[in-house]
Amino acid sequence: MAHAYTPGLKVLHETKINKERRLPLKGTVVVENGTTVQPDDIVAKTDLPGNVQMVNVANQLNIDADDVNDAMTVKVGSEVRKDDMIAETKGLFGMFKSNVTAPVDGTIEIISDTTGQVVIREAPIPVEIDAYMSGRIKEVIPEEGVVIESEGVFIQGIFGIGGESRGDLAVIVKDREEEITEELITSKLAGKIVVGGSFISLKAYKKAIQMKVAGVVVGGFNYFDLEDILGYTLGVAITGSEDLVTSLILTEGYGKIRMGSQTFDLLKEHHGKFTSVNGATQIRAGVIRPEIVIPLSGDELKGDHKDAYASEGIQAGSLVRVIRAPYFGRMGKVVDLPSELRKMESETMVRVAIIEIDGENIEIPRANLEMVETD
Amino acid sequence: MELRSILATDCGSTTTKAILIEKIAGEYRLAFRGEAPTTVEAPFEDVTKGVLNAVMEVEELAGRKLIDGDNIMTPRKGDEGVDIYISTSSAGGGLQMMVAGVVKGMTGESAQRAALGAGSIVMDVLASNDGRKPHEKIERIRQLRPDMILLSGGIDGGTTKHVVELAEILAAANPKPRLGTSYKLPVIYAGNKNAADKIKDTLGEITDLDITENIRPVLERENLKPSRDKIHDLFMEHVMQQAPGYKKLMSWTDAPIMPTPGAVGALIEMVAEKENISVVGVDIGGATTDIFSVFQKQFNRTVSANLGMSYSICNVLAEAGLKNVLRWVPFDIDEKELTNRIGNKMIRPTTVPQSMEELVIEQAIAREALRLSFIQHKSFAVNLKGVQKERTISDAFEQSESGESLVDMMDLDLLVGSGGVLSHAPRREQSARMLIDSFLPEGITQLAVDSIFMMPQLGVMANIQKEEIAEDARMAAIEVFEKDCLIRLGSCLAPVGQYKVGATVLITELTLSNGETQTHVLKSGDIFRIKIPYEPVKAKLTPGKGMNIGAGKNEVIETTIYGGVVGIIFDGRGRPLEISSDPKTRISNLTNWSKAVNEYPNLNPNSES
Repeated sequence: MAHAYTPGLKVLHETKINKERRLPLKGTVVVENGTTVQPDDIVAKTDLPGNVQMVNVANQLNIDADDVNDAMTVKVGSEVRKDDMIAETKGLFGMFKSNVTAPVDGTIEIISDTTGQVVIREAPIPVEIDAYMSGRIKEVIPEEGVVIESEGVFIQGIFGIGGESRGDLAVIVKDREEEITEELITSKLAGKIVVGGSFISLKAYKKAIQMKVAGVVVGGFNYFDLEDILGYTLGVAITGSEDLVTSLILTEGYGKIRMGSQTFDLLKEHHGKFTSVNGATQIRAGVIRPEIVIPLSGDELKGDHKDAYASEGIQAGSLVRVIRAPYFGRMGKVVDLPSELRKMESETMVRVAIIEIDGENIEIPRANLEMVETD
Repeated sequence: MELRSILATDCGSTTTKAILIEKIAGEYRLAFRGEAPTTVEAPFEDVTKGVLNAVMEVEELAGRKLIDGDNIMTPRKGDEGVDIYISTSSAGGGLQMMVAGVVKGMTGESAQRAALGAGSIVMDVLASNDGRKPHEKIERIRQLRPDMILLSGGIDGGTTKHVVELAEILAAANPKPRLGTSYKLPVIYAGNKNAADKIKDTLGEITDLDITENIRPVLERENLKPSRDKIHDLFMEHVMQQAPGYKKLMSWTDAPIMPTPGAVGALIEMVAEKENISVVGVDIGGATTDIFSVFQKQFNRTVSANLGMSYSICNVLAEAGLKNVLRWVPFDIDEKELTNRIGNKMIRPTTVPQSMEELVIEQAIAREALRLSFIQHKSFAVNLKGVQKERTISDAFEQSESGESLVDMMDLDLLVGSGGVLSHAPRREQSARMLIDSFLPEGITQLAVDSIFMMPQLGVMANIQKEEIAEDARMAAIEVFEKDCLIRLGSCLAPVGQYKVGATVLITELTLSNGETQTHVLKSGDIFRIKIPYEPVKAKLTPGKGMNIGAGKNEVIETTIYGGVVGIIFDGRGRPLEISSDPKTRISNLTNWSKAVNEYPNLNPNSES
């Protein structure tokens, strides 16, 4: 029988973190195995093929496609500059000639005598990949990228927007219940990763963008306010490519939900440390959750590692979070896992777990529970 | 060879399901089923592990050996193993294609129909007249990275220029396949045969080009089968070869692995043909909704790629609008809170509704997802466009034209639903209501749900080509489909016409199998249900003045209708169904309709949730 619960989000105070940094196309890796890198260091680069422009020479010269080759003044492979002539008619006794010029700088790729089209490819677009977090190059994938290893704090959020970002961690609320308000966002927070409690309003988040805050980590945000930020309604949770100054990571979900105590306490403990975050989320097969990474140096490490990518099953005593109404956002300990199906108020027959929440035993579908994976 | 036991699996993106079909007392029946998580992704990266786990469950239940070491035992030896093993797959995101045609509404649409019919997701349709500039098309091709491209365009002997131009755009984009870097992108050319050589010159080197018969050899006729077959071949040869463990899986199966929706389509086509009926089948999943239909013997399939109940639930909300979702909810609810709840379902897609209120909201969203998917289907399932029809005098009055929808709800005989929200609704009455409210059947329509989503496996079975077993396999598919796969909900009787408040719209006289007779009068605006099991019932249906129940205005019908686990639902709410915009009236109507069919007997709108 398939595991009927959602694998937990990681909240780990010390673990080995491996990050693959891969180019979109083959290219050159510029670091070696074992090198120590900083977040801004370039580790690999390549050139993406340039954009393509199509010019219909036959139409422009008013000739048959068959005659295009004769009219061309450049060949396949020739490099051309914008406004260079690329084709010309013979004209009448050398007079009344008409011609076609290149609309962009580039290289002639195709001359077609069927359609009369000429394809010009523009210069390649350089792409560089940086290290994202400090660490050591653990593996070089030839021509493709590297794997960077680091040790430190690793926390997963449930949903995020905006891609990679980094800065010093700044916890700006007193406790995990407190909301981030507009007043709490000041110019001093520019370039920082700001941590709040249960909620950030649209106004406060917009102010964070205005103040150039690098990232916000908070319990919840309103789903319907996303449209204001993104410019479209988010229909499926695939994010990360938005061009945002301030990445946003939600640790709990949509609405006002206090941040899990383990998450909040751990972030508070590392207030001021340099932190890398990535809001990219993909909720489909091959799920990607947003993440918060705080690399720690030798003397900050205690040496009691937990594997960041291993997952344990739910069992009696496990700490779980309820992830659907009713009781959404509440945490409790698993008391019992009865094997028979139970009927819910909705009359759905499901496998349940008995959870102790605030001293009371409550029956919740296992599918509506999430492990809180702490170390 | 007589087939006595058939093992079939469907490797979905999250679950692999196995069924064992056996011939017992002269008929094929579902004997056992099992399931296990699909193992395409890390850390397993081998689909066969999930298959073996699912089969192991079947093995335990059947109490006989089906697996030997790491292999499924075929052929059967005495009491061990099975006669044949077959499988479908939609793991790893299914088959994702891009299609191209010269005119979007003609060859573009034919190419789309071929790709959808073969079971693929169509990521985009490129056409010479799609309004995009060449560089925009090129950028799009590069961005999408499809598994395969189907290029069509032009009728045989027509102009070659436009289709070659499309090939040049493809060449300039130099597309790379989605999975793996070690092979060239498969491209199928199914256009004007006179352009084939030029297409070869343009695409032959940079892609893995395959040339097949023109999809639209003449304007009046589509020729989809060669392209559909080619797509299946290439799916096996290229795409499946890249997915982890599939080489091994392919070596196990006795028939080619089919993409899951392709198999479902094949089954629905077969059932419609055998029974000579019009059918609509729907499969509503977490991310997508597939609709299949056969009207006037023409098969169509559409995939609404972003209308689903979990991963894309917010897209249903965005496309339908909050108002349209709320019109199905029989209680007041804070709109902002509702959008947050739906958002939370999207980011935690595997959760289930615990409270009654959550269930009602989920089923309200399902109605909208189904309704929108069906609108898309109706606009796609059309007569061929661009065809000059010969007109008779009667046509001249009807003003019929090419491109009209084939979907005629009055002509529909059977509506089959599948997917969690329909197949696993706590009450079958809820499934029936969801199907009726979103598809709005007219006249007499039988309703059913697929009990455990067996249609994919039965579809492959129906499609087995090996001569010595083909007939038995087809028979097995049909018998199991009728006896074990479908749960007959009953029938919906919905007269159409100009509704007048309080008027009688239908009088029904029923003669049950035990000889008992009943008379039921349906008034405009009402809905009610009569409990009758799945058995033939003689019915005399007399429509109210100006009403039509299937044979035309005011025409009486004497026919046989069927009940089911829900029974016969008399729907006098009118077509199209109008729901009051006044919240009080709406809630009162919804509550009455629910009560009439015993949909949510335990709903207490004031309960804490």
